[in-house]
Amino acid sequence: MVKKILEKAYIFIILALLYLPIIVIIVYSFSNSSNFSFAEGFTFEAYKSIFTSSKSSALLDAILNSLFIAIVSSVVATILGTFSTIGIYAFRRRFKRAVLDVNQFPIINSEIVVAVSFMVFFSTFAFPEGYLRLIIAHITFCTPYVVLSILPKLESMDPNIYEAALDLGATRTQALFKVEIPYIAPGIISGFVLAFTLSLDDFIITQINKGAATGINTLSTYIYSDARVQGLEPFWYAIFSIIIVIVVALVLTINLYKVRKQKKMLKGGEL
Amino acid sequence: MKKIKPFFLSKKVFGYPYVLFMLIFVIMPLVLILVNAFLDTDGYLTLENFKTFFTEKSSLVVLGNSLLVGLITTVICLLIGYPVAYILSKYSSGKILVLLFILPMWVNFLIRTLATKAVFVAMGVELGMGTVIFGMVYNYLPFMILPLHTVISSIDKSYIEAAEDLGADKSNVFLKTILPLSVSGIISGITMVFIPTISTYAISQLLSNGTIFLFGDSIQMKFEQGLYGVGSIMSIVMLIFVLISNFLMNKFSNNMQRRTIW
Repeated sequence: MVKKILEKAYIFIILALLYLPIIVIIVYSFSNSSNFSFAEGFTFEAYKSIFTSSKSSALLDAILNSLFIAIVSSVVATILGTFSTIGIYAFRRRFKRAVLDVNQFPIINSEIVVAVSFMVFFSTFAFPEGYLRLIIAHITFCTPYVVLSILPKLESMDPNIYEAALDLGATRTQALFKVEIPYIAPGIISGFVLAFTLSLDDFIITQINKGAATGINTLSTYIYSDARVQGLEPFWYAIFSIIIVIVVALVLTINLYKVRKQKKMLKGGEL
Repeated sequence: MKKIKPFFLSKKVFGYPYVLFMLIFVIMPLVLILVNAFLDTDGYLTLENFKTFFTEKSSLVVLGNSLLVGLITTVICLLIGYPVAYILSKYSSGKILVLLFILPMWVNFLIRTLATKAVFVAMGVELGMGTVIFGMVYNYLPFMILPLHTVISSIDKSYIEAAEDLGADKSNVFLKTILPLSVSGIISGITMVFIPTISTYAISQLLSNGTIFLFGDSIQMKFEQGLYGVGSIMSIVMLIFVLISNFLMNKFSNNMQRRTIW
């Protein structure tokens, strides 16, 4: 009994430590101070200053850039990844393994090495600075994840289904778009979500490849450039709080949805 | 079987563009890094960069610092994370609790690091090695807990019962049954903490007010200063660490599923 209480206390303490900084930020986002005091009492000033601060327009630009880059790269990565996986799956065994091993490279490699290797690559071949470099880099590190989330679906698919479609008179294109792709759709969707989040969340690769002269900032590089110089203004507490709440809500929703779907499947609702 | 072949042949076509894409955007950049390691600033072949890297005190200090921080962080993560994973695997609600441990990971690491820094500053803690290590543990603990939990909760309970039936006491059950069966989780936990820690960029700078630079920061600085040669060598050193750790991970978990991200 004592052991159980101790165990629970241990888990609780570690969790509390893990969440402490996040919670502190959210609490003090209502204080409009950067020195953790409620001298001004409970206030929404920090939240208001998101829209009224001199940095508002730069912040909005950064958010739009993040979204723009994330949407373009995740859409391209998903399309590229989907067709590539279907192709790779049809490769002969050894070639398939080699291609999948290279596919692992951007995933296992440390981000900083990926980032500087892109920098060298882009400057060697004189790619124009700016969005093009960033989007290419983001597509390159997102696509491997798309491939890996589609591959298991493809492996679990009975090849007879595809053949049956052909026997029933479908053309290859029809069989591909009406049978195979719908079958692997869950993998495509989770690959897309993953690519989108990874792109949105990226800091290192963007920071090193954005080019100083272009003035392009994504949300994370803007946070870095601003907070590194001056420390955190109250305005950032509010923004961080909003981001944290959005992220936590999204992750919880996605996971609850997954759990519910699993339960349904166990009950025989699907399959 | 022969009948299917033409279909597969046509599907292969979809794969070739990606092969080309990876040759250009994955392999080529790494080859360029390799080439740059042998070039001086004027583009002539040289071995000078290696000499610079291995004799320059500052780069060796950075390497030493990185390994030290990486080692301490990994050990602390293992010591904190193993009990967490072990306890969680015993409860049916463990899965939801694991989610709680992973949840902060989805918040951008810059935000978490800046939040931690703000708390340290407010508490009046002096920024230095201690705060850097705290920040690293805070950032990478979930990477330790996740693989450990996966492995420990997949251990067949009958092994533990068998050990008990055969007369092992609690500590022996743990030392001789559970621990050996969770080695693959320990290995992947260690590599998933150690490698990101030494190659991290920005965390140590922010949490030490720019006094402690780790390998990742230093690679970026070299390239920023235009020292492509030395920077490339440091990248290659980093790459070697990554490959070794990946090899170890595959070796110890050959029948486990491939590394997943969720």
